[in-house]
Amino acid sequence: MTMETPIAKVRGLGSARAGAHHWWLERLSSVALLVLFVWLIASILRLPDLSYGTVREWLADPLAAVPMLLLVAVTFWHSKMGLQVIIEDYVHEPGNKAFAITLLGFFVVAGAGLAMFAVLKIAFAATGAAPGPGV
Amino acid sequence: VLVWWLVAAASSKEAYDSFTGWATSWFGIVIGVGLTWAFFQHTVGGLRHLVMDIGAGFELRTNKFWANLAMVIPIFLTALFWFVIVAVKS
Repeated sequence: MTMETPIAKVRGLGSARAGAHHWWLERLSSVALLVLFVWLIASILRLPDLSYGTVREWLADPLAAVPMLLLVAVTFWHSKMGLQVIIEDYVHEPGNKAFAITLLGFFVVAGAGLAMFAVLKIAFAATGAAPGPGV
Repeated sequence: VLVWWLVAAASSKEAYDSFTGWATSWFGIVIGVGLTWAFFQHTVGGLRHLVMDIGAGFELRTNKFWANLAMVIPIFLTALFWFVIVAVKS
């Protein structure tokens, strides 16, 4: 016979009521990624080669830089959601679970930030840029 | 690998060449083929599950057919991708 009241038993357990939304965003981002990765594969196969100059010139075009930025952002977002579910399901100790999800969040934001900065740097350093007022 | 590739391209010619040097070595290609295979496997499996989420294709025969095909298609796509890169481009 336990001395716990029923409410104490239930408190802190059960659904956070965000599961269905999380699940839906995962599907939604997967469809977006389908389009973006078809674009990336087609672009890579269409480039004459993958040398430094060719790739820089390609990413300097806004029509390549913008989809690439979206691809990086959505890819990291999608993998964060997927990996978070694995952690939620298989890391059973609450402290470890929170720690693992926090670490995952930091890692994903760092990776996405690094990649997106790289794309922006190439795009904004483009040789065809209009000269500013000081030039 | 994607992040490395982009950052190298943003950094310098030397950094980029060091990346391509790694990526075109035999172990770079083994990892590349593995990654593209895993990618296509994930994509095709995801597509199959999207179709099933709609509620279609749950008949035993149909389901088994696509489950088997979902193993074959990624191998085919990976082979196609690397065939174009190796045979057509170089």
